[in-house]
Amino acid sequence: MSSFKRDKKEEEDSGGNPYENLDKTIVLQEARYFNQSPVNPRKCSLILTKILYLLNQGEKLTTQEATDAFFATTKLFQSKDVMLRRMVYLCIKELSNLAQDVIIVTSSLTKDMTGKEDLYRAAAIRALCSITDSTMLQAIERYMKQAIVDKNPAVSSAALVSALHLSSTAPDLVRRWANEAQEAISSDNAMVSYHALGVVAGSRRNDKLSTVKLVTRLTSSPTKSPYALCFLIRLAAQLVEDDDSDASAPYIEFIECCLRHKSEMVIYEAAHAIVNLRKTARDLSPAVSVLQLFCGSSKASLRLAGARTLARLTAKHPTSVAACAVDLENLISDPNRSVATLAVTTLLATGAESSVDRLMKQISSFVSEISDEFKIVVVRAIRRLCTKFPRKHQSLAAFLAGMLRDEGGLEYKAAIADAIIALVEENPDAKETGLAHLCEFIEDCEHTALAVRILHLLGREGPKSRQPSRYIRFIYNRVILESGPVRAAAVSAVAQFGAQRPELLPNIRVLLARCQLDEEDEVRDRAIYYSAILDTGDEQLINDYIVNVPKPNPILLERALRDHLNTHPDEAFNIMTVPAEEEQKESKEAIVEIEVKKPVQMSIEEIYSEQLAVIPGIDRLGPVFKTNPPIDLTEAETEYRVRLLKHVYARHVVLQFECTNTLSDQILEQVHVKLECPVEYEIKTELPIQKLFYDKPGSVFVVVEYPCSFLESLGTFGATLEFIVRDCDPTTGVPDPGEGYADSYPLEEFEMGCSDQIRARPGTDDWEQTWERAANAPEASDTFVLSQNDINEAAKAVCEHLGLPKAAITGEAVKEIRGGGIFRGGAPVLVRARLAATPGGVTMQLASRSPREDVAQLLLAAVG
Amino acid sequence: MVHTSMEGALFEPTLYIVKGMCILDIHGNRILAKYYDKDVLPTVKEQKAFEKNLFNKTYKADAEIIMLEGLTCVYKSNVDLFFYVMGSSHENELILQSVLNALYESVSILLRRNVEKRVLLDNLDAVMLAMDEICDAGVILDADPTSIVGRAALRTEDVPLGEQTVAQVLQSAKEQLKWSLLK
Repeated sequence: MSSFKRDKKEEEDSGGNPYENLDKTIVLQEARYFNQSPVNPRKCSLILTKILYLLNQGEKLTTQEATDAFFATTKLFQSKDVMLRRMVYLCIKELSNLAQDVIIVTSSLTKDMTGKEDLYRAAAIRALCSITDSTMLQAIERYMKQAIVDKNPAVSSAALVSALHLSSTAPDLVRRWANEAQEAISSDNAMVSYHALGVVAGSRRNDKLSTVKLVTRLTSSPTKSPYALCFLIRLAAQLVEDDDSDASAPYIEFIECCLRHKSEMVIYEAAHAIVNLRKTARDLSPAVSVLQLFCGSSKASLRLAGARTLARLTAKHPTSVAACAVDLENLISDPNRSVATLAVTTLLATGAESSVDRLMKQISSFVSEISDEFKIVVVRAIRRLCTKFPRKHQSLAAFLAGMLRDEGGLEYKAAIADAIIALVEENPDAKETGLAHLCEFIEDCEHTALAVRILHLLGREGPKSRQPSRYIRFIYNRVILESGPVRAAAVSAVAQFGAQRPELLPNIRVLLARCQLDEEDEVRDRAIYYSAILDTGDEQLINDYIVNVPKPNPILLERALRDHLNTHPDEAFNIMTVPAEEEQKESKEAIVEIEVKKPVQMSIEEIYSEQLAVIPGIDRLGPVFKTNPPIDLTEAETEYRVRLLKHVYARHVVLQFECTNTLSDQILEQVHVKLECPVEYEIKTELPIQKLFYDKPGSVFVVVEYPCSFLESLGTFGATLEFIVRDCDPTTGVPDPGEGYADSYPLEEFEMGCSDQIRARPGTDDWEQTWERAANAPEASDTFVLSQNDINEAAKAVCEHLGLPKAAITGEAVKEIRGGGIFRGGAPVLVRARLAATPGGVTMQLASRSPREDVAQLLLAAVG
Repeated sequence: MVHTSMEGALFEPTLYIVKGMCILDIHGNRILAKYYDKDVLPTVKEQKAFEKNLFNKTYKADAEIIMLEGLTCVYKSNVDLFFYVMGSSHENELILQSVLNALYESVSILLRRNVEKRVLLDNLDAVMLAMDEICDAGVILDADPTSIVGRAALRTEDVPLGEQTVAQVLQSAKEQLKWSLLK
């Protein structure tokens, strides 16, 4: 009986689908049928559909197969059947990036795009532009210009959209079509004017002044197309964002005006823009009331749009959102769980402590039904609640622990773990319960990465708790039960207890000894390593290698090691020269939001290490020690913009001058920088820019060697940009004949300070001990009278000079700055400053200790 | 130039709005799908995994819109077909909704209001053309169903009965019988 049922089901499934179980080879065989003459349009169209269907299902064709199919398809240009021709275009587009020699169809497509049949022309333009490269484009340029202003909207749109695609590969060429596109903006057809606006705005993207002109003109006579209006609102909002002056007022006015448009799309776009402008518009209430209306809509996407945008507002204007509480309350039981989640989390963010329990109950009723993204939103909301209402920690932690036990992906689980970790770190009362929840979680955690993180946390926080031994049991259980990486992490965590709690040391020794018999190399290695260090009993050693271990940035470390092996493999490698990983700071803004996929966070050193690789011999300088944040050497609105990056190496500094030419009628050649260095500095090499085109940034690199003595490294540099100007045609970018003339452009002076050469970090909890341990290192100290009158200002200024973050400042009446860091070359340094307000100003006593006396003195010199 | 921080919270002024469109059947299998951004779901394997996930999250509740894996997905279903339009999670949902409406409406007109899998497969070529007319590499080309259909439904006549093979006639008779029995 059951087999009969299954048969019937299978029959039903496949019976309706003629494309199911298509075989690639058979379909490609069928393509031979295209050669027959006369062409049977219906049959050929079906075969093309099959090919397209296969490609769509993810079937892979080899280059040969694709090329064969492509050439067979071209035979079908004989047929006059409209449908078949259109399928041919579709096939050409799909096969164009798989097959070879696709340009063979250029002439057929050009003929179609200029022909009389309107149904061909639009589609032919799009197909043609998908197969041509920029060199071929020259040939069809004339036709494209005509097509853009064609009276058939489909043709015009096709040409404009193709132009938009091409502008990423051939921007100069497309810029030449700007006049035609400009004309098309005023087309009666909504889509044409939308596409034209996109092309024109795209070609002016980097030219603020002409964007301003464009937006000003269009906002005074807005188009009919809702899409174009949405786009215009985005452009206007961006101008407002970039401009702090009153000049942006008309744009805000325009956006506010769009709130009264008849299309919901435009209304939402305007409301969203107003709510998200950094500069607060004069009055948010019209935008908020529009969003409020959306929340009551019958359409789920409108409700989501409204709730989401209101949710974003919670951080900046909680009072405006609080006014919408009633509307949000209504959404709590929304059938669309995304909407419900947003409503609840927003209410949580704005509500009072008393409403927390009720809302939490509401959430738990549907938390199992929503997608992980929204669960993460809920978790984040709870995490913020933990900070806001510390007294609620017990129930919140219990709720999080409950979520932790449910099903869910890694990201979700990680978010919960993050929330509990934050709770543990912020709220001493919640520490023990939070850690207990985490311990319970790792008993049954399938995500290796997460288990490792939690073990690390237990290793850090556990030893400081009242009853550290209870955590050891949980951690050691992992050693028995889990996979290699988790066992290794558990060993490290156990070692932390040994290092920080001497009374537990004998037991820990036994555990570590057992781990030395593990079958995994990493686990054994760690166990032996930690045992050996713990056995020495040397407090300093234990602190440096178990408790406070510096963590170099792994990517830069890898690069540095590779360079080291290539250049001087015989010498020992100094790990101190590699920049340490920066602690990622989360922004404190309490935005309720569904996370946009974040770009991968990279340190500034990683970003520029690619660019630096072009300098010949750069690998001989060793690893980059620090890249300083860019500084501008020109005013914002000048002809040539230059900003400077100082890449500091152990004995050299690479000065990277990022130049941008903002004049469209000039090409700069042989751009280099004339440096006036302080004495003792020596310029090693310079890498000029051969040609600097309009709006394409390029970099001049100058490698300078530091003076031998650290003390002489402080100084001021003068710089002048020198180049040869060649005039060129602003639209085509073709240089005028002739030689060009030499010119120069003065740049602002810049300093090489102490903060450039030091990687600093604020003092940690055990700073006192560290400072005491360094007591026998050379110390330099002096007393200064600072010019500032305000002690806070003075402390900040000192921090800036030393390159320390503001977090290094402690104390109230007497400010104390505690910090440490590593000087280029790897010498560690500690610094302590005490500031006190005196009637004449601020007096500071500054002391620094470093194994290298000159480094300690340099720190003083930097402030003096 | 390198952008190190996320640009504010405003929508980005771009025409590349649609990240993908797909039509799935009642089992969540792909009938047609197009993805337009090479950074979003670049491989077929990722796409199909995403579609499975999307389908599992949406086939039960007709909730119109869902945020999934960093994308905003608006959707609509009929009988045994599910239509989806995807955009960045940082995008105007109502624009995406308008694209979905264009997709659904034009398919509906093409299939003479019989929006179901069997009819769709019979007109697969026209539906492919319609999708091509709605969105070109992520840019909304047209969102007006009548003008889309005007450019995609190019076949005038239906196959006369005489030209069908005996097997085809039998097959379609069998189909119809089966459907009437199942209903």
